[in-house]
Order: sequence, then C-alpha cells, then structure tokens
Amino acid sequence: MAESQPGGIELQGVVKRFPQVTALDGISATIRAGQLTGLVGPDGAGKTTLMRLMAGLLRPDAGHITVAGADTVQQQHLIATGVGYMPQRFGLYEDLSVLENLSLYAQLRQLPAAEQKRTWERLLEFTRLAPFSKRLAGKLSGGMKQKLGLACALMGRPQVLLLDEPSVGVDPVSRQELWRMVGELTDSGMAVVWSTAYLDEAEQCRHVLLLNQGQLAFDGPPGALTGRLQGRSFRLPNPRGDRRHLLQRALDLPAVSDGVIQGHAVRLVAEADADLQPLQVLAASAGSQLEAVAPRFEDAFVSLLGGGPGGTSVIAELMEPVSLESDIAVACSNLTRRFGDFVATDDVSFEVRQGEIFGLLGPNGAGKSTTFKMLCGLLKPSTGQAQVVGLDLARAASEAKNRLGYMAQKFSLYGLLSVRQNLEFAAGVYGLTGACKQQRIDEMVDVFELRPLLDSAPDDLSLGYKQRLALACSLMHRPPVLFLDEPTSGVDPITRREFWTHINGLVRKGVTVMVTTHFMDEAEYCDRVALMYRSRLIALDTPDGLKREAAHHGDEELTMEEAFIRLIERADLSELPV
Amino acid sequence: MNPHMSQRFSMQRLLAITRKETLQVFRDPSTLLVAFVLPLVLLLLFAYAVSLDTRNVRIGVVLESDTEAAQSLAAAFAGSRYFAVTPTRDRREAAPLLTAGKLRGYVVIPQDFDRRLQQFPPQSVVQVITDGTQPNTATFVANYARGTVQQWLQDRGVMPTQPVALQQRFWFNPEMETRRALVPGALAIIMTMIGTLLTALVVAREWERGTMEGLFATPATPLEILTGKLVPYFVLGLLATALTTAMAVWVFGIPLRGSVFTLLFLSAVFLLPALGQGLLISTLARNQFIASQVALLAGFLPAFLLSGFLFEISSMPLPLQLLTHLVPARYFNSALQTVFLAGDVWPLLWPAIGAMFLLGVILMALVARNTRKSLER
Repeated sequence: MAESQPGGIELQGVVKRFPQVTALDGISATIRAGQLTGLVGPDGAGKTTLMRLMAGLLRPDAGHITVAGADTVQQQHLIATGVGYMPQRFGLYEDLSVLENLSLYAQLRQLPAAEQKRTWERLLEFTRLAPFSKRLAGKLSGGMKQKLGLACALMGRPQVLLLDEPSVGVDPVSRQELWRMVGELTDSGMAVVWSTAYLDEAEQCRHVLLLNQGQLAFDGPPGALTGRLQGRSFRLPNPRGDRRHLLQRALDLPAVSDGVIQGHAVRLVAEADADLQPLQVLAASAGSQLEAVAPRFEDAFVSLLGGGPGGTSVIAELMEPVSLESDIAVACSNLTRRFGDFVATDDVSFEVRQGEIFGLLGPNGAGKSTTFKMLCGLLKPSTGQAQVVGLDLARAASEAKNRLGYMAQKFSLYGLLSVRQNLEFAAGVYGLTGACKQQRIDEMVDVFELRPLLDSAPDDLSLGYKQRLALACSLMHRPPVLFLDEPTSGVDPITRREFWTHINGLVRKGVTVMVTTHFMDEAEYCDRVALMYRSRLIALDTPDGLKREAAHHGDEELTMEEAFIRLIERADLSELPV
Repeated sequence: MNPHMSQRFSMQRLLAITRKETLQVFRDPSTLLVAFVLPLVLLLLFAYAVSLDTRNVRIGVVLESDTEAAQSLAAAFAGSRYFAVTPTRDRREAAPLLTAGKLRGYVVIPQDFDRRLQQFPPQSVVQVITDGTQPNTATFVANYARGTVQQWLQDRGVMPTQPVALQQRFWFNPEMETRRALVPGALAIIMTMIGTLLTALVVAREWERGTMEGLFATPATPLEILTGKLVPYFVLGLLATALTTAMAVWVFGIPLRGSVFTLLFLSAVFLLPALGQGLLISTLARNQFIASQVALLAGFLPAFLLSGFLFEISSMPLPLQLLTHLVPARYFNSALQTVFLAGDVWPLLWPAIGAMFLLGVILMALVARNTRKSLER
C-alpha cells in the first residue's frame, strides 16, 4: 500500500465469485489520483462487478480494495462519502425535476444548506443544464440524463469518481461534453474510473485496465498496448468493385486477424509476423494497394483477445439472392410526425436503393427513432408517405411488414421463453407453418450454432449469442429489407464484428439494410448516411462524402465522429436567430 | 475509531428521502388512484353491489292441487314482492327450467295439500326445491318460501301460535345490516391495499429502475431509506382512512359510535404490520410484477377472506381459524366493527391493538434483517 496516493484506488488480489461464475479472478492494480483510468473489456469481462466492488456495494471473496485510503469492507461508510458512483443505468428519479434530483443528492450527502445553492449552480453551469433545471429528468435526452447523473455523483466533491459505461446510448456531441467535464475533474486531482466498451474512448484515457474473463489482460497507458501492433495495421483505399466482398475475402485469409470497412476503404490488421504476400496480391486484384497506417487501440484490443471472426456468414450463404420489382427498397417523401405541438420528424424525404446499407444518425432526440418507426410501420406519419418495397405503409401495412425484418434495440427477445420457443414464435408470427417452419428453424439453429442452447433462457446467453438469436428471429421469414435499431449498443468490438459479418453477407445477397446507430464505426459500414438533427435531415451522403463536406480544407482527414460533430455545430450556427 | 461503526442516523437525509418520496407520490397518478379513487370504488361496491338483499327472484310454483286453499297459497306466492312466479301444473315442467337456470327454485303444492293441512301438527305442506349452485340465493329462496307459507298459514288462522324466530326472519332487513358490517370491513381492505400493495411496489420500483444502486452509493443508511419511504405512505394511509370514514358516515349513513380519534389511532397501529408486510415483500422480490402478485396473495386475499370481513371466522375449519391469527386485517376488522357499531370499548380494542403491534414489530424486524446496504443477495 506504501506507494498508493491518498486519493487513488488500490486493488490487491481481488476475487469475486457468483454462484455460476467467477467474475473476477485475482485482480491487482493501482489507480492513481488526478488521472483518467479506462476500464475496458468485452461484455461479461467483469467491469461492472469491479465497479461495484470499488463502490463498496459488493464484498470481495478474497483480497482487499482500498479507495481513497479506506477499506471498502471495513470502512464502507467512508467509501460512501469519498466516492461518487454513477451506475450503468444511472437511476435518476425520472418523476423528479433536474433541481429536485440535485437537491436530493445534496441532502443525502449532507451538504450544509448554505453551500447547497452554490454547489447546484456550479454543477448546473458545469453540465450546462441550467436552462432545464425545472424539467423532469424523464423528459431529458439520453445525453442530458447522463450529465445530470454525473452532476449527482459529483455532489459533495468526492475524491474518487466511478463511472460505469457513462456513454452508452449517448450521441457524439454529448459524449464530447462528458469528456470535457471529466477532463476538468482529473485536472483538479480527482481519480476518475471510466468503464467502457467503446475503444476510441479507451484510447483517450491516460491509463487503461483491460479486463478479459475476470483477469487483467493489460495494465498500462493505451499507447503501450497499441505499440505492440506497430506495422500490422493496413488500409486498402478505394478498391474496385464490392468492398464488402473484398473484406470477406481478406478476413478469410490466414494472414489477416481482423478487419473492418472504413467508408470506401477496407482496414485490416495482419497476424503477428504474417507473410503479407497474399494480402498484397488481394489488394492488387482489387485495384488497390496495401497502405500502412498507425494502429488503433481497437486493433490491439481485438488482437489481444485472439482476433476477430472470419469473413464468411453462413446465414448469408444460405439465403437466396433477393430480387425486387423496383430498384427502390425503402422510400419516404415529406414524412412528418407531430406529437402535440412538438414536431419529432419534420419533412424528411429520401430513397434507399436495393442492396444498400443506409444509416440514420443523429444526436439523442433528433427524431431518428420516430422516423425509423414510421418507415417500418410502427408509427403513423402525420403527413407524408413511407414505402417499403413499393408498398405504401398507410395502405398495405401488413403486406409491407411481411417483407421487412425488424431487430429492436436490446434485441427484444422473450426472456421467459426458451431459445427454441423464441424461434418458433418468430416463425409463427410471420405466418410460417408446417414443414417450411420447421425447416427454417432448423436452418437458423444450424447456422447460428444454437443447437446446444435450445432449451436455455435467452437471458442466460452471452451477448454474442443473444445477438445471433435476435438476428435469427428477424431473418426467419427471409425479408428483403432489414431494419436494425441501434443493433450493437453496448456490445463489445468482437461481437460487433461478427454481427457485421452477417450483415455484409446479407447485403451482398441483395438485402437492403436500414440502421440507426450511435457508433461512428458502424456508420462507416454504411453506403450512405442520413444525418438528422432537430427533427430535420441536415445531411445525406456517403460516409466519405460527409467527412469531405465537414472538412475545413480539402486534405483535412476527419474521423466520422469529428465530421458528425462539425455538421451538427454548423447546423446550430445556421439556425442562430438573425 | 471502530472500523465497524456505521454512519449515525441523520435527520437531514431522512427528510430528503421523505420529501423525494412525497413528490413521487403526487407525480404518480396511479398512486393517487390507489389511495383515493380505489377506496371510493370499493366502498360503493361494498355498500351497494355486495348486498344480501334480493328481490324478484324467479321461482316456479307447481300447483298440483285445485282446491281453494292451494289456489290461495299460490296467489300468496305470486303476490310476494320477493318472487317473480312462473306458474306450472306439473313439476316436470318446472324442473327443466331450473336446470336451464331460468328459475332459481320452485315450490310444489302437492295433490294432497288439503289433507296435509288438516294434520296436526301440520308438516311439510309444500316442497321447496332450490338451485344449489348459487348457495346464497338458494338459502334465500328456501327461507322466504317458508316465510310466505308461514304467513299464509297464520292469515288463515291455521296456525295461531308461531315461533317468533321464524316471523322475525320475514321482517329482517338484510340490506341495512349487510352494509353496516361491510363498510368497516371495506376500510380494512382499503388500508391493506395502501399499506401493503403500494409499499411493496415502491421499493421494488427502485430496484427495477436502478435507482437503489445510486441511493446505496450515498451515505444514506438502510434505516433512513426505509423510514423515509414509510412516512409518506403512513400519512397517505391515514388520509385514506379519514376519507373513507367521512364517506361511510355522511354518504352511506353508517353510524360511527366510537370517536374519530380512536379510529385514526387504530389505523395508525394497523399500518405498522401492513407497511411492514409491503416492505418485506419488496425487499425480497426486487421486481414490481412479482411484488404486486405476492402482495395480492399475501396481503389482499387474506384481508378479504380471512379477516372475518366476508366470512365469519367462527364458522371456518379450525386450521383456518388458527391461520387468521396471523392476518393483521383480522384484528383491524374486528376493532373497526367495535368502533363503528359499539363505540370506544377499550377492553375489546386493546387485545387487537396488541396483536397488530406485535405482528408489526415482527415484520419490521424481518425487513431490517433482510436489508443490507449491499447488492449481494
């Protein structure tokens, strides 16, 4: 304990077992005051358990945790005073206003009455929530909720701040603000732990603890891990033909450990000491060349965990190619939806071609979900039309619904039904019967390797398998159009890659995919992206096109996230009252 | 410093939680619905719908004899305001109607009716057949048919001396009596709903929405959290008592012979086990759906069935009678009936108060044992 600073956290041989599983198996590490420590790892790695242990809400089965000089078991009451903790779904009281939430936490932390008002003002200013102080927390956007959660956790100036996945479901603009706030806090000497499944966030941390299956796989600055990948990351810019097919072929090469689509390019990570010859041949065959790029933390993460999945989706192989009567799979014109005085979607028009991946992006509350729901017939437009495979949703809703597959956020599986029953339900609800129904279910079971899990409850499955099951359910009736609503929110990179392997495969068979997402990486997979802001469509282009549009000068290279933020800021400027 | 010393109780934190909980009560329309609208609905139901008074019950009169006496008795049935009579000549006509549910019973005036009348003492002059699938109505038909016959006999001077008890049955006004006994009982049900059901939901809701984790991460102690939650519901319970009593007295004309103070005091004591039960359920369930189901099974149904509200305890089988001693509503119901119908008879009230208090303390102790400031199960 000697070298631990007063405000930091000391983990010594921490073990935590649950009846089914050992969540943490001997973790020892030091978290320093005055810096931001990222806690990263795939789903189920033990991140949340470790957070709860540090917050004194769980007891370790072996080992000790010292937080700001206090033992989490022996001196639990000191932990509660010295630690600000924001749980994963920060349970704000949604029926209380912003100010009432703040006031509750101020009093629970026994702030002297004289100090309370000043503290609120400081926190409201800090979080820029002052204009909304009277609003009920339930009526805030996702990003604002997280900021309010942060404000509540900061009440009483804790020495240590624990944030459990604070950016899940938060758009890039709000995310940037959260980062700014946390940066100011660490500068003032606070120890901040930020757990995340977003690896671009881990890259921004000073120090990273990487958990995998309950063990500490890496402990150090992110650059040290990324450094191991030097010379293994490549880009294949502007390939001829189908870049998804190129990615699939690349991933099937033994020399390639991982790969993603990046706008018009394909990004690959080679195996350590791999022979690059076959890769160069592949690149040349697509009229592109192998371009060495700087490794990213995500490359290192995936490689540390054993590389990404292969490139071929068995389900896609099995599907018959889709052919539609018309070229346009999904279309809307002048789509508008009002809720009372509030216009959630304002005069939105676009067309999605068959076989396209079309992304719908925008900050929380921009109207993505409303638009999306109207396009798949879950919500009636106030004015305007929406069409799926040429069928008007207002007139032939049920026919149209039979031609589309829908995968909702959080997978929407039935927790009380077994895997088999979920599949049977999905088949039944789309009107499959008899031998055909059985055959489709069997196919899905084989393709997604669900056979051994047929009798388990969906909640007992790992996230990756849940995702497979949800996808299987939405593909049961072989829809030519697939709607995905934030399909990979909170899902780790490896599971996410597997998911996109399937989607890419389906698209190559002519399936059209509509997707909403907060992941800028995912936007890169899209052929075209529609950016929504304040209920309106503010930009519609290819990912590379949007980056070019947002760039200040011709050769500035932006990430998708930077482009997103700039376009939104530009829209804000143009709307300033004259 | 003792490392095990836990945080001192803080009034400021308790008030903060109470205030928060109160705000939530007023913002959640469903809570107010359960607390103020549901009592009114229940009271109306119990006062009007659940009544043992029945009129115009459909019966058949099978007239097998044509004598003047038989005709006269048949006319007496037809003239009764309690019956709507379908006259027949043959019991083979009446029986299918009973089976079909078109009649609730039938009276047979037999061929040898006059001969039976002449017997002394006269016995079984008529036969009454009732539909046993609806026991209350069946009893009603049997009793009122007997009453009609008695009255008829008396009017004809056949039976000058009649047992008084049978006559009284006829004049008995079931409506008033039912209402008087049911409304105090309804109060016990309403308080169980508020105490047990609402409280069972509030803690489970915090677990479900994840707010409990945030609350546990603050210095607030379990005692403060639980007490802070109880206070608003305690007050809500007393308000509902006052409202229900006011309705009972002024709208339904139920006399309140005891004092309002005693009534509120009884309610306050009863809230102890009721809230304790609710809290215990929600600390164990951590899920609103399960909590509400358990609250219905363990709180509402016993209060309904085992409190002596609808079914008299003394007529239950012995094991059930013993079980009723574990139901707080049983004591509350009997104490309420005392206060409403008899007055502040303290010798009768004290044992009930003692029993409710004891149950409350036991339940609260169980809650305290099961609430630790930790997410461990």
